[in-house]
Amino acid sequence: MSDTNQFGFTIQSELAESSRIQEEIIKLLRKLGFNDEDLADLHIAIEEGLANAIKHGNQLDASKQVRIEGVIDGNRVMIEIEDEGNGFNPEDVPDPTLEENLDKPSGRGILLMRAFMDTIEYNDKGNRLRIEKSCAIQG
Amino acid sequence: MASAPTRIDIQQAEGITVATFKDRRLLDEVTIDLVGNELYALVDDLGCEKVILNFSDVEYMSSSALGKLIKFHKKILSVAGSLRLCGLKPELQKIFKVLALHKVFKIDKSLEKSLKKI
Repeated sequence: MSDTNQFGFTIQSELAESSRIQEEIIKLLRKLGFNDEDLADLHIAIEEGLANAIKHGNQLDASKQVRIEGVIDGNRVMIEIEDEGNGFNPEDVPDPTLEENLDKPSGRGILLMRAFMDTIEYNDKGNRLRIEKSCAIQG
Repeated sequence: MASAPTRIDIQQAEGITVATFKDRRLLDEVTIDLVGNELYALVDDLGCEKVILNFSDVEYMSSSALGKLIKFHKKILSVAGSLRLCGLKPELQKIFKVLALHKVFKIDKSLEKSLKKI
């Protein structure tokens, strides 16, 4: 694979758009030689990041947009997802593994991203997510 | 059920319902909504009480899909039924463990084991 590749998309806050973009990104990563296990981890993280941006960030307001940009540097994948919402403090999200929070829809996505990515960070406002992962490359 | 399920395959025998997911990925929100509605209909429309969910064809699923699963579990519990999951691939097992859902659901390695235990 070449040393550095990039992609960038801006989509409306619609879940169908999110699915379409995810397929494009995964297709690109597959073409670059990433293996199925890493692709699964990345797909889950991208899905969760985009779903949070669209549902919680932009509140499903189709007039608002979500920007997704990625840099693939060798075996390292870095992705930023930014919404036009008011942001949030990740520290305020309840722990979804506690029994009293099982019914709550928030928190599980962030936990999954933490589990499957090496790095997950939000900007101070909480409307821009950065996820990173070092992957194996399929021979 | 208004129409035959399209996202899950349903087999019933001796009061036990085995629902096998047809999708390899439960990520897409439209698919997840359909799957959720088909699961809820098992209890609401068909009156199923003993249900085994077979994940043998599922590679991975999102937190949104897990939300549907948790709601379905509650529905089963509300009718004093029982629910077992089986056939989880390693990636799914990891997801359940990360979210501590392996403590919430009764999970078996195989459908045969679920059929014995339910």
